[in-house]
Amino acid sequence: MNRQAQAVVLLLLGGAVVRASVTDLYLRYVKEGLRPFLIAAGLVLVATAVTTLWYELRPPATGEHEPGDGPGEHGHEPGDGAGHHEPRVGWLLLLPVFGLLLVAPPALGSYAAEQAGTALAAEAQPSDYPPLPPGDPAPVTVLDYASRALFDRGTSIGDRRVRLTGFIVAGPDGQPLLARMVLSCCAADGRPVKLGLTGDVPLGLPNDTWVEATGRYSARVGRDPVNDAEIPYLAVESWREVPAPRNQYE
Amino acid sequence: MTSPTDRSPPPAGVDGRAPATGPVGVAAPDVPAGEAAGGRRRPVGSVEVLAAVLVLVVVFREPLANALAAPRVQTWTTVFVSVLVQAVPFLVFGVLLSAAIAVFVPRAFWARALPRHPALAVPVASVAGVVLPGCECGSVPIAGSLIRRGVTPAAALAFLLAAPAVNPVVLTATAVAFPGNPGMVLARALASLAVAMIMGWLWLRLGRADWLRLPRRPELDGVGRGMAFWAAVRHDVVHAGGFLVVGAMAAATINVLVPERWLQTLADDPVLSVLALAVLAVLLSICSEADAFVAASLSQFSLTSRLVFLVVGPMVDLKLISMQAGVLGRRFAFRFAPATFVVAVGVATLAGAVLL
Repeated sequence: MNRQAQAVVLLLLGGAVVRASVTDLYLRYVKEGLRPFLIAAGLVLVATAVTTLWYELRPPATGEHEPGDGPGEHGHEPGDGAGHHEPRVGWLLLLPVFGLLLVAPPALGSYAAEQAGTALAAEAQPSDYPPLPPGDPAPVTVLDYASRALFDRGTSIGDRRVRLTGFIVAGPDGQPLLARMVLSCCAADGRPVKLGLTGDVPLGLPNDTWVEATGRYSARVGRDPVNDAEIPYLAVESWREVPAPRNQYE
Repeated sequence: MTSPTDRSPPPAGVDGRAPATGPVGVAAPDVPAGEAAGGRRRPVGSVEVLAAVLVLVVVFREPLANALAAPRVQTWTTVFVSVLVQAVPFLVFGVLLSAAIAVFVPRAFWARALPRHPALAVPVASVAGVVLPGCECGSVPIAGSLIRRGVTPAAALAFLLAAPAVNPVVLTATAVAFPGNPGMVLARALASLAVAMIMGWLWLRLGRADWLRLPRRPELDGVGRGMAFWAAVRHDVVHAGGFLVVGAMAAATINVLVPERWLQTLADDPVLSVLALAVLAVLLSICSEADAFVAASLSQFSLTSRLVFLVVGPMVDLKLISMQAGVLGRRFAFRFAPATFVVAVGVATLAGAVLL
């Protein structure tokens, strides 16, 4: 791969990264906090591409080169018999470009959630949960509800109504679970938090349907066969289908 | 090293240019002289190949997208893209730093900054790694740059291992992920530092300079500093980035293919669980800033085996092996990575037994 082609690839990669981070596309892959760094890195890539092209394409004999540096860059003969094949690997950088610009794969969903065990398997943490946010029903995240239900045995929830949003995954027994993927860094470490549903269970929905469920704490606890961890339950009082949220991870 | 005066005369050098996809030396610009100097017939170059690839992909976008729609393939693509998106900022800033080292920091600086004796330079370099918050993707080009600038390889390698494994960001993440076990942070820091230093000293005793095959950088000689800086950035991003793509593909494949159910059966055996998590750390190639959270969620495993996961992961993983093979040479990487793996597992197990 010659330098001009490298420059074009870097331009595409930088452009793809900047585009993904000024739109909300990047939220499918990484945490929100990475955004400024993504934009900066994308701009550096674009700048690298532009300077490379500028050095490559500007007319020769501008007098800026050291003596002996001929027109363009071709004076730099490698004399590298060892065969350093480095530029070829650069072609692979086209894959993430296509991935971001053309394919733009969706955020992790039910398939990943089925494969992995529920993430709330941590040893009982000190149950010092702050009160639920105000409102009836109180808006909580799936992760928040699940940790309060498991480690606090619902004490901090009491008999208040909660509202949470997640997507549907078919559980091992065929009953739907409400799940949300939790990221700590990027989708590669994404893990599901799963909730069992009792009461007004949303039946017959395909996997990956986003649902906003309102309900109360249920003392029932199931088990995730994948990692043998406990899955808390939510007693659903009502539910409705909703579009996927802007950030599908928690 | 080629100096500006002994290069072959320009026009002769561009003939016999290999086809764009063929093996082309680092500084062998198959950019034709004719292009800059004014139209000359030439065979198909990489720019043309690139244009053709782009057109083909855009034309066949629909069938391509359909082929990627199966859930398993889709998850693979998501994980692949997200590993890269996550790594790009770290890669770019690591490369900027390594280019700055290559171009702006005089060789004499390293001679002054590091103890003259290599055996003493190793611990100094390891501790220097602690201060720099970096991801492993960034530290590989930095280490290459340091060696090229005359830093003793043992010290540069100790830095390579220590920088991503022990730094403020990683240690904070570990403390957050293990709220009930403050010992985990201490054990991780000490074990990782120990591994970095042991590997540095091991390199002094057993390492051979000819295993290291650093790409020669003649293009950085004899040109203005600005130009050399951008040339180094361009080269390192394309180079290390390409190998990062290889690693990300491997990590995504493992992520999709290894079901977590298998791990459950291994967790009960104390020896198997250590080995399982050590291998898992290599295969998953999670960024060192995130691995603590993953380790925390593997709660069916013992604390010691999770410590092994945290110590091995930032030092040996598929993504890193791929990048080290590219940046420092294959013969180096295929010796260094297994040795690091063994030392890391040993030291971390010991640290776990004593501290946890």
